[in-house]
Amino acid sequence: MQMQSPALASADAVPVLALDRVTKSFPGVTALDQVTLALYPGQVTALVGENGAGKSTLVKILTGIYQPSDGTIKVDGADIRFPTARDATRAGITAIHQETVLFDELSVAENIFLGHAPRTRLGLIDWRTMNSRAQDILTGIGAHLNPEAKLRDLGIANKHLVAIARALSVDARVVIMDEPTAALSHTEIHELYELVEKLKAQGKAILFISHKFDEIFRIADRYTVFRDGQFISEGHIRDIDESDLVKMMVGRDMDQVFPPRDRNPGAQVMSVSGLCHPTEFDDISFDLGRGEILGFYGLVGAGRSEIMQALFGITRPSGGTVTIDGAAITITSPADAIAAGLVYVPEDRGHQGAITPLPIFQNVTLPSLGRTSRNGFLRLAEEFDLAREYTQRLDLRAASLDAELGTLSGGNQQKVVIAKWLATQPKIIILDEPTKGIDIGSKAAVHAFMAELAAQGLAVIMVSSEIPEVVGMSDRVIVMREGRMVAELSGDDLTPEKLVRQAAGI
Amino acid sequence: MSLSEHTTGRHIPDRLRSPLEARLKSWESLLLLVAIAIFVANSFASPYFLNAWNLSDATFNFSEKAMIAFAMALLIIAGEIDLSVAAIIALASTAMGAAVQMGAGTPVLIGVGLGVGLLCGAFNGLLVTRFGLPSIVVTIGTMSLFRGISYIVLGDQAFGGYPVDFTYFGRGYVFWVISFELVLFALIAVIYGIVLHKTNFGRAIYAIGNNPTGALFSGIRVARVKFILFLLTGLMSGVAAICLTSRLGSTRPSIAFGWELEIVTMVVLGGVNILGGSGTIPGVVIAAVVMGLVTFGLGLLNVPGIVMSIVIGALLIGVIALPRLWAMRRG
Repeated sequence: MQMQSPALASADAVPVLALDRVTKSFPGVTALDQVTLALYPGQVTALVGENGAGKSTLVKILTGIYQPSDGTIKVDGADIRFPTARDATRAGITAIHQETVLFDELSVAENIFLGHAPRTRLGLIDWRTMNSRAQDILTGIGAHLNPEAKLRDLGIANKHLVAIARALSVDARVVIMDEPTAALSHTEIHELYELVEKLKAQGKAILFISHKFDEIFRIADRYTVFRDGQFISEGHIRDIDESDLVKMMVGRDMDQVFPPRDRNPGAQVMSVSGLCHPTEFDDISFDLGRGEILGFYGLVGAGRSEIMQALFGITRPSGGTVTIDGAAITITSPADAIAAGLVYVPEDRGHQGAITPLPIFQNVTLPSLGRTSRNGFLRLAEEFDLAREYTQRLDLRAASLDAELGTLSGGNQQKVVIAKWLATQPKIIILDEPTKGIDIGSKAAVHAFMAELAAQGLAVIMVSSEIPEVVGMSDRVIVMREGRMVAELSGDDLTPEKLVRQAAGI
Repeated sequence: MSLSEHTTGRHIPDRLRSPLEARLKSWESLLLLVAIAIFVANSFASPYFLNAWNLSDATFNFSEKAMIAFAMALLIIAGEIDLSVAAIIALASTAMGAAVQMGAGTPVLIGVGLGVGLLCGAFNGLLVTRFGLPSIVVTIGTMSLFRGISYIVLGDQAFGGYPVDFTYFGRGYVFWVISFELVLFALIAVIYGIVLHKTNFGRAIYAIGNNPTGALFSGIRVARVKFILFLLTGLMSGVAAICLTSRLGSTRPSIAFGWELEIVTMVVLGGVNILGGSGTIPGVVIAAVVMGLVTFGLGLLNVPGIVMSIVIGALLIGVIALPRLWAMRRG
């Protein structure tokens, strides 16, 4: 992989904003490792990278929410620091987030100027100036909205325009757009493209973060690729094509070691046919064998977690059949699913997976109380035995089994959650982003344990956005896009490039 | 990594603190000290306090409310609340009074009292679990509804004429100064203590109160558990209605007016987190005794009722706020 120096590209002009070897570390994790970025006036720079490449961390550093651990930020060539979000705004950096917080009960103009409303000499809000400036900004981005209208009366698309107007109300020179089209319809996306052209014409530097290749190639002038928190490459978009970009995104050394596995799925244990949901997914069909690890890959919002939650009885599918061990079953609650031998380890550990104020052992035994108790009465000795048996298999590190779960690290909490489900002795276990946000050591332990479970005949479904994990652990991968299955990859077809292409639809 | 490596993970002890040590440092121990202090203060303040019959009378101040408070404690730990309990008493008592007018005997009256309680509880539970409405709103509504029916039926009249053997529930004594109500209170306390602390059902209550989504994802039938808890508060309101009606000997629509707040106060004073997730039955028992002793002691000193409620309010805020202030100063 050749690395282009940023200096080469800077023949255009002096960058408005530049990052020089910026590092951001958190306890146990380096989110950004000496990354470099340059944004030029009147140009759109696309920031490209997989989930976990460090894009959100970068946005937070640029907007003053995080402080870099090392390295420098330069505005117009001069070193600068953003101790608070206000300092970043003052330096002319503004961000249009995926979900800007807006207030339904306030007017359009109030939403745009919240926190920096123009004042009269008495210190009161200058409504006339505020409304007329709001009107100017809205007209400037082609939004025909009444500044005095209440936000709650607007549709989602118009609310999005208000969010954009809010970002532009602070006389920005650098505009960060973090997946701005994720929630937009086809026509709205076109309007957004026109807006980007207008902003370019005004000489603003734009950082455009997107997973969609078609829009990157349509509106970006330059690109910067991050991978695993490191700067990989940058240059002019006209010099590359899609496959170059995919290679730069995924072409990592597969340095993570995955446990060796004997990939011979056994007899079919589960079969899903034509599973549908009114809004989230459509026509999902797959089979699963004993000892198999079936991966589900897709971009965020592709409907993977929604399928798993329907299988687990959290939501009701609108159609389709589920068969376990040859018998068609109807699952209307998680209790039904557990009884049928199907368990789900959710992605959102703090909210769904664990009950953090309760002790470790009570978390482990919660779905297994039927076995540890007698006639509905608790038997603490049996609970401690069961909890110890399964947490030890996962090599849990904890002071005692009655310690509050919330006092453990993320990795150890995840071990408890997995132990909880294994203690129910399931036939099928669904792991939703099983290693998200946990340290490398715990990751390896979870991977090793998954391999061991499959070897013992458990059928495993793994939803993951981490490509090395998907490729390294799965026997077969179903790729999802916008609620539909678009490909099934296995064997030699299971490559990082093919996963990314199928998930992005290129 | 091989299987053997996993099975030889490091040993983790059950507990670091002994259960006894945990119990000594608990809220319940602090509350017990408060109860003892009030007992001692009362016996100095009034020469009539240390008299077996007077103390026996004191138990009537809290035993009916406490029966409901146990069920309420479970409901609050599970993150819900029922403010219609006093109105359920009114409706159940009115129904029993009406049954008496139709010539019903004591067994039928008990059936009517408990049945109305269960029906009201089921109505609350259905509205909360089936339609996903917040229980505080639902039960404020049913509070007006249930008592409103009672007012429509009775107006400014009263039902009386309860059978003689019906008076046992509110005025009877099992042995010497030990009243039937006190025995019932103790029995119910033990049952609720066992249910909450020793059964799977009790564990589910704590799980739901700490994280309802996590509990659902762990296979707990959250809606079913909550529905049962509303049934239980309704049932206990029915039990209290029988005792109170029996003790008073008549039914007016204003019966047990304002009890819901005293019951919630009792539960919170007992150390139950009003936001759900924690609390114990022994705590509620001690809180019931504390409130009974305070009102009885003040009554012996001829302190008017309005001052009593001020004292109870101050006690609640004091007992809740002091440990927190102490922790803030230390932390």
